[in-house]
Amino acid sequence: MGNTLLQYATVLMLSIFVGIEIIAKVPSILHTPLMSGSNAIHGVIIVGAMLVLGGATTNLQEVLGFLAVILATMNVVGGFVVTDRMLEMFKPKPTKPKSTSNDEVAK
Amino acid sequence: MSRETLIDLLYLFAATTFVLALKGLGSPKHARKGNMVAAFGMLVAVVATFFKYVDGHSLRHIWLILLGMFIGALIAVPTARFIKMTAMPQLVAIFNGVGGGAAALVSITEFMHIKASHPATYVTLEVLLGVLIGTFSFAGSAIAFAKLQELMTGRPITYPGQQVINAIVGLVAIVLIVTILFTSSTVLLWILLAVSAVLGVIFVLPIGGADVPVLISLLNAFTGLAVAASGFTLGSNLLIVAGTLVGASGILLTRMMSKAMGRSLTNVLFSAFGSNITASGATERADGASVRSGTPEDIAILLGFASRVVFIPGYGLAVSQGQHVLRELAELLESKGIEVSYAIHPVAGRMPGHMNVLLAEANVPYEQLVEMDEANSELATTDVALVVGANDTVNPAAHDDPSSPIYGMPIINADLAENVVFLKRSMRPGFAGIENELLYNPKTTLVFGDAKDTLTKMVAAVKAG
Repeated sequence: MGNTLLQYATVLMLSIFVGIEIIAKVPSILHTPLMSGSNAIHGVIIVGAMLVLGGATTNLQEVLGFLAVILATMNVVGGFVVTDRMLEMFKPKPTKPKSTSNDEVAK
Repeated sequence: MSRETLIDLLYLFAATTFVLALKGLGSPKHARKGNMVAAFGMLVAVVATFFKYVDGHSLRHIWLILLGMFIGALIAVPTARFIKMTAMPQLVAIFNGVGGGAAALVSITEFMHIKASHPATYVTLEVLLGVLIGTFSFAGSAIAFAKLQELMTGRPITYPGQQVINAIVGLVAIVLIVTILFTSSTVLLWILLAVSAVLGVIFVLPIGGADVPVLISLLNAFTGLAVAASGFTLGSNLLIVAGTLVGASGILLTRMMSKAMGRSLTNVLFSAFGSNITASGATERADGASVRSGTPEDIAILLGFASRVVFIPGYGLAVSQGQHVLRELAELLESKGIEVSYAIHPVAGRMPGHMNVLLAEANVPYEQLVEMDEANSELATTDVALVVGANDTVNPAAHDDPSSPIYGMPIINADLAENVVFLKRSMRPGFAGIENELLYNPKTTLVFGDAKDTLTKMVAAVKAG
């Protein structure tokens, strides 16, 4: 038992360093997408929610687990969709499309 | 390879995609791919979980799980898809909050489950932390959402003895945690749940205005930590890795955000910033200084004679949905040989990077977006600085007035330009609630009205001229 806890603690420590290291050089324009993206990633709690509902043995556990699944799904699905929507706008445009306003200027 | 090993391997894969995704989100080129990679990893983890054994048998209530997912997706997808881009911060807040709530529920349910099969089990610290942090994040995010959605006042809410009351509630939570550790009482666990929710609410109440996004980032990090705590309870490496990644990077991101505002995190969280300033709303002040206002047509003429124009967009632009018209104006001016750029303050909008997202939505070319430092070196040779719906980010009080709450915040030096034009709704101060001396500067012209209307009129006037 003590060994398992130690193993988890090791994982925890290493993850802290990775987490800090990995975002040290993020340009400020990407702060919002980064926040939103990491918001989606902690939606991994859905795995936990599935496990507690899947292991529920009493009515109370079922209700709580069911609620957890709903909330976690909102977190994970909403998080990824919002982030994608933000990032969609950052894609570089190969050629600048001529807009109608430009045409009007020409005449 | 046994079934469990295979599942663990898939979890390892998922955890790896999360790390890669965070890495990818750090560069504009790979960000979108990064997000997709994480979504795929998440899908793999969820599918793998369906095949997992709990207590030696396969998952119960499969249909209930699927139903819960269906309901969750049914609520989340349309919300995420169709809500306006300006409402992005509160959307992140609410999705973060439900994640925190889920983490708290998972912790508490798993604890009841373990206790039912092993009555002698003692509550361990990670269960309590999962409940405390998760519920805190849920309640705090709900209030942050209400503030940004303007369901309640966005200004800080203060009352006498606030810090003392907060400290007492915090102390109660700690005493509860210690007591539960010794007594292992499930009833007290429910009380802890309630106290955590109260703590989340009262912690967030005094934080308002421009500070709310920083708060959301912090709560996001908290939810990550709550997920990590649930991971300890469930014995899941995946949850520990993902939760800790978000927790650690989130706290760093929060610090980066408060630094962009020139303030410390403690100052953001505990100073009830901007609560004591009252908006006068008058165009003339007691000392006789008055503002000069102009019509959109005046400004169009001014712009027509300029050789370099810098737009300084702020949240007001986003609110009026004027970013498309602004781009149209920029293209029009460019076609007349005028050099145009957009100066983006790191915290313009309501979140760092928010303004870039909004302008990208309006198809503003990347190259025209100039970051603050670069903009400041250009502004001295600029003919017109057009401030559209921004206020605090160009407030010279940040340089000149040590008594100002924003003293020390890096700003865009719009006052260096030959002419300064403000498009403003009214004389009301900005998000932070502070008077702006620049409005009274002799080289400043104000155009009152909705930013989009004004811009539309300016476009017409420039065309006519």
